[in-house]
Order: sequence, then C-alpha cells, then structure tokens
Amino acid sequence: MAKSTSSDAQMLVRSLHTAYAATPTNLKIIDLYVVYAIVTAVIQVVYMGIVGSFPFNSFLSGVLSCVGTAVLAVCLRIQVNKENKEFKDLPPERAYADFVLCNLVLHLVVMNFLG
Amino acid sequence: MSIFPLAMARNLGLLGFLALIYASLSIPGAAVIRPINEAHRSAALELFVPTHGSFGSLEETYEALRTFQILGVEKSAEISHATCPVIVEKLESSSSISKDLFHALRVNSILGCQIDARTFEDVASKLQAVIKDTNSLLDFHYAVGGLLYIKDQGINVILSDGDGTFHSIKALSQSDGRWRYDSNSAESSTYAAGIALETIAGVVSLADKVVDESKIGIVKNDIVKLFDSIKSYDDGTLYFDEKHVDASEYKGPLTTSASVVRGVTAFATVASGRLNIPNDKMLGLAKFFLSIGIPGSTKDLFDQIESLSRLENNRVSIPLILSLPSTVLSLTSKDQLKVEVTTVFGSAAPPLTVRMVQASRSDSKGTPVLENQELQFDSENTIHYLDIIPLKLDVGKYTLIFEISLHDPENTNTYATGGRTRLMAFVTGSIKIDKAEIGILESDAGNSETLQKLDLSRDSTLSLSANHLQKLRLSFQLITPLGHNFKPHQVFLKLRHETNVEHIFVMESSARQFKITLDFLGLVERFYYLSGKYKIELTVGDAAMENSFLRALGHVELDLPEPPEKAAHPPPQPVDPYLRFGPKQEISHIFRAPEKRPPKELSLAFLALTLLPFVGFLIGLMRLGVNLKSFPSSTVPAAFSILFHVGIAVVLLLYVLFWLKLDLFTTLKGLGFLGVFLVFVGHRTLSYHASTTAKLKSS
Repeated sequence: MAKSTSSDAQMLVRSLHTAYAATPTNLKIIDLYVVYAIVTAVIQVVYMGIVGSFPFNSFLSGVLSCVGTAVLAVCLRIQVNKENKEFKDLPPERAYADFVLCNLVLHLVVMNFLG
Repeated sequence: MSIFPLAMARNLGLLGFLALIYASLSIPGAAVIRPINEAHRSAALELFVPTHGSFGSLEETYEALRTFQILGVEKSAEISHATCPVIVEKLESSSSISKDLFHALRVNSILGCQIDARTFEDVASKLQAVIKDTNSLLDFHYAVGGLLYIKDQGINVILSDGDGTFHSIKALSQSDGRWRYDSNSAESSTYAAGIALETIAGVVSLADKVVDESKIGIVKNDIVKLFDSIKSYDDGTLYFDEKHVDASEYKGPLTTSASVVRGVTAFATVASGRLNIPNDKMLGLAKFFLSIGIPGSTKDLFDQIESLSRLENNRVSIPLILSLPSTVLSLTSKDQLKVEVTTVFGSAAPPLTVRMVQASRSDSKGTPVLENQELQFDSENTIHYLDIIPLKLDVGKYTLIFEISLHDPENTNTYATGGRTRLMAFVTGSIKIDKAEIGILESDAGNSETLQKLDLSRDSTLSLSANHLQKLRLSFQLITPLGHNFKPHQVFLKLRHETNVEHIFVMESSARQFKITLDFLGLVERFYYLSGKYKIELTVGDAAMENSFLRALGHVELDLPEPPEKAAHPPPQPVDPYLRFGPKQEISHIFRAPEKRPPKELSLAFLALTLLPFVGFLIGLMRLGVNLKSFPSSTVPAAFSILFHVGIAVVLLLYVLFWLKLDLFTTLKGLGFLGVFLVFVGHRTLSYHASTTAKLKSS
C-alpha cells in the first residue's frame, strides 16, 4: 500500500511538472519572483523567532514588503495570463505599469515604517 | 524719585483709590502732630527734582515752585531759563485754551518772566470773552484766576459784568453747599465747591462795582452748609471728602480738603464781616494736614503745604498747634515737660498760657495723678515748661490734657486754640532690682537656706543641679525711683538645652515681688525628657524702664527620667537657612532596561542569508532563458526605455536615501518630480512595446 502511495505521489509530481513546463516563460518569471519574495519573508520570520521582535516595526515592514510584493506579482500574473478570460482586453503592458506603480507606493510606505 | 510718571499716572482715576488707601494708612488713629519743620523742606527738595530744568507740565511746575516759595527754598536760574519760553509761547499762541493760559500765568507770577504788556492785554481780553460765553465752572475758574494774575502784573483789568458772572457761578450750587461742574452734569462735588468759592472771591475783587451784601451773605450760608458735611477721624482731625466715590473723578480727602480751604480762605479775604465757621473746625482741618506727616508724592506735598500756608494767615481763624517736642521724659536725666504752641508753620503764637488740666496714667481709669498745673513760659526758646521732678510722677505711660488761654481777649476770634488737647507721654526711669534669690528646693516644703543671693546688675555664672523631683525657685523685687512696686511688661525666664531647645516661662507677680517656682516633676513632659545642661536667662523689660536687661544666670544640670515609648520628640531646631544652597542629595535615576540585542555575528549571518534568495532568483532567471530580445533597437524608443529603467532605479535609490537620512517631506517632493517623469517615460515605452507586440501578432 505504501509503495503504491509513494508511486502515486511520484506520478502526481511528474504530471504537475509536465503541466507546469507548458506555461509561458513570462508567467514562470513571475512565479519565480513570487517564490523569491516568500522565501525572503520566511527567512525574516525565522530570524525574528531567534532574536525576538524588538524593533517590531522593522520586522513588520520587512515582512510586509516581501508579502506585499508577492501579492502584487500574483495580481500581475492573473492579469497577464492569456488563458484568463476576464482580462482578455487588458493589455499586459498596462498590468505591468500598475505592478510597477503599486510596488513603488508599497515600498515608500515600507521605507517610512522601517525606522 | 521721578515726578513725571507719577504726574502722568495721577490722571488715571485708578490711582484715586490708591490715594484713598494711602491717605487712610498715612493717617493712623493717633498720629503725632508737629508743625511744619526742616523735614518738610528736605522732603520738598527730594521730591521735586527737575529733569533738564523742567518739572514737566506747567501745572506741575507751579506746584513745585509754589512749594519752594512757601518753604523758602531757593529756585535755580535753570528753571526760569527752561520754563519762560514755554510760558511765552503759551501766552502768545492763539490756540491756547483758558486752562493753558491760567497755568502759564500762575507760573509766571512766581518766575517773573519778561513779557510785555500787549501780550497780557490780549490774554485778558481772551479770558473776558471766555467768561462771557462759558457755562462751565472750571472755565470760570481758569479765566477769573488768570485775570487776577494779570491784574497783579499791573495791567488794569475790570470784570464788566460782575453780577452776571456771580449769578452764573452761583447757579451751579446745590442746597447742601456743594457745587456742580456745569449745568449739564447732575453730580455735585465738594472739590468743585472749593473751586467755586475761590472763583467767586476772584469775581468780587475784580468786579467793576461792589457786589451786593446780600449776595455775599448767601455765599456765606453756602459755606456754613458745606462745613456741615465735614468728616472726622477719631483723633480729632477734620477733613472733607466726596459723598459719592466716582472712580474716574475721585480726588481723595487731601485734595478735596485742600480745595475747600483754598476757596474758603480766599472768600474770607474779600468778604466783609465774619464767616460763621467754628474755630474748632479750622483747627481740625489744620490738624488733618499736619497729621499726614511727610507726604510721599509731589501733589500731596503741594496740597498739604499750600493749604497750611493759607491757614497760617487766614481771616477766619488762625489755628494754633500745641505739641510736645519730646514725648519721652526721663527721671534719671531730670527732664522737664516741654510744650510748644505755634502756628502751623512754627511761627510764634500770641501771648498765652498753657495749663495742664489733668495728667493720668494710661492704664488706670481711676483718678488723675495731677490736676491744674500751670506751665511756665521760657521766652528765649518760646517753650512752655513744667518741672516734673517736684511733682513726684512715677515711671509709666501718661495721658496729659492741656488747655490754652490767650492773654488778649480780642484774639479769641482771630485764633483757634481748640479747647482741650490730649497728648501721650512716657516717663521713664531706672528701676532698682532688689532681694534677688535663686535656689533648688526639695519637692516637700523647701527651706530658705538653700537659696543663694543673686546680683542682677550683671551676668552670673551659677552652676546648679537638680533632678525631676526637685524645684527651681527664683524671686526678686522691682522698685521704681519713687519707691513703689513696678510691674514691667515683660518678665521672662528662659531655659535653653544644649541642643538649642528652649522653654520660656512668664513670671507672676504677687503684691511685693516677682517669683517663679519650676516644679520639674510637672515639667518633665514639656521638656521632652531631655536631660543635660540648661542655660538660664532672665529678661525684664518695659517701655518706661531705662535699664531693661537680658541676663545670663548660669546653668542648671537637669536629671530627668527616660522618655517612655510614646513621648513627644523635641521640635526640630531651625537649620542654617544657607544650607539649602549647598549640594543636594545624589539622585539615582531608573532607566528602562535596554532591550536585549542579538549578537552582531548572528545579525550579519542572517543578513547574508536574506540576500541569498536574490541570488537564487537571478540563477533561476538565467535558467529560464531570460533575454533582452524585445528591447527596442531604434534610438528614440531605446532612449525612453533606458530612461524608464533608470527612473525606477533612481526612485529606489531615493528610498534608500529616505531610509538613511532624508525626511518624508523631502522624499515626497523628490518622488513627485520623479513620479511625473516616470509616468511620462513609462507611458511612451510601454505603448511602444504594446504597438510592436501587436504588429508582431498581426503579422
């Protein structure tokens, strides 16, 4: 039974892998960016777990910067994805410009809160 | 003391109240009344100080110069030099009102500036015109007063309608003897009455034909009614004051009384026949002005001196002041009782005799000690004196009552002697201390053998010792020079411990002696159970005692029992007050414990760890085959693209600077400019990119 479960898991992973390989490159770039941001956030949380949350505002701004930019990247991915019927008429450049602008505003706030 | 700001402030009515308080404080219940003397002269020189030869306004200059004139102070040439041009300018100017002309003429009457007759005639005709037209009391006063001064200069001035002017002024009078300022105002004032009487006197002396006797009689009646409103203090001084206190116009009793005195004496000079004012009232007024002593302000000094100079030589009755040059008479130096009777300025009185009607001790209400003693007259020093040694007066405080009798019966109406005058005096002498004894007794009936004799004429150095079961006893007799028992005001015994805790005991007097018995058993609690050495001091004092003393008698070693638990602690002794300027106690501040910070290496390690995912991101990008193929090739779009990326980089750099040192406002300013630039450039780049992608798709 265990063997079949593990082979089932392997098969699942392999199918996911092949399906994922089909996605366009630009979406993969965005996915990579999201992963990068989340990993950075996790490292900061681990650090806080070790040393305590003394400058709490700094911790918050660091974590929220990462999480915020990840969220914006996800929004960008949704809008740029050609298979998404809702955003068929939205040019991807426009979505990208929104992404850049929102990131700049987010980071202004983050820098202010950093202390 | 500078007069100018004071003079300015006098115009503010608020100072009226202060003047009232000042006047009431400066006239205590029984002020010592002495005639005007050198002290007033020096006060005048101190108060009236000219700045650059001028005293301020012409009114103040007149006050200063008139006071100097009365007191016989030489005026300096500088004052004429500075003031005469002002006077000439005021008299020649066509815009001067009657008030300015009046003050200018007043000052000129003392200074005697060089002014030609034409100017005076012009001013006189101006003032005559004012009298014809005006209805205000003050205008009448200034105009009539001005004309009087011009007449003194030798110009012939006649008031054409004397009766008419008289009627106009009289019309403003009220039924109670006071006057209104003009026909419009409803309030009447005593101060205005004084001004009105002075003005009427001026009208009478300037009129072309003699004013009717009946009219003079009416004014005399007004004066009598005015004097009915006179007020008095307890010590017999009389003064005038306003009935209603109006804050803006209030002038105070001194100024009001001065105005009335001026008016009444001026009127008495021109009126024929006598004014029906009792002598006592004139004397009361004179005493009021004298009881002020030395006033502290220029206006008060002027009012006082000027009123007294009018009273010195007036036609109603001249007050005679009876005063004691010295109120302390010493039996030891065989002083005589000296009494002075003079006018208010200290000039000689007519021949008279002073009789001491009664002399009684101030503390006893019983029979007088002396009666009906006539004082002898020393014509060399113009002093009435009495030898008190043969009269056997003992030491103490006395109330003396005097009466003046004039030699010439005709003088009774000319001079005001004022019936009986009460004055206080002290008779002092040296008190003998006799039979002084001190000792420690047992608590049961003590025997007198243990008492030792004490010489209280000097300090002693006794050394006694006692415990709480014993008593300390001290007794002595006080005898006056005449051999009677003396009860001084203060007889205190003080015991002071080594720690400076003091205890004071008042000694009682029996019929023959003063004694005290300190029963230590009862005093143990009062002494706070403090055993040890106590210094003994004896104080005996009185105003009538010339040899009051504070003697140190030595010390007593007291042995008191131990204090119980709940005993009161002795009061803390006063510390040296300068200790509070010494160094203070060190303060230990409690700071918030700083947060525990991680070690530096750990932080740096995690910094490196945080940058690691970025490296991973770059590697991932390379693996995905990121390229710059769709970067525009032609120059203009390429430039815009580059600018777009550079713009984003600059914004990020600005953020780093913001974190490091800029503040939000500067950042937002920079961001504003960069944002606009970025939007413009970004729009161009992205629209170009979109158009190329669309072209690719369609083709």
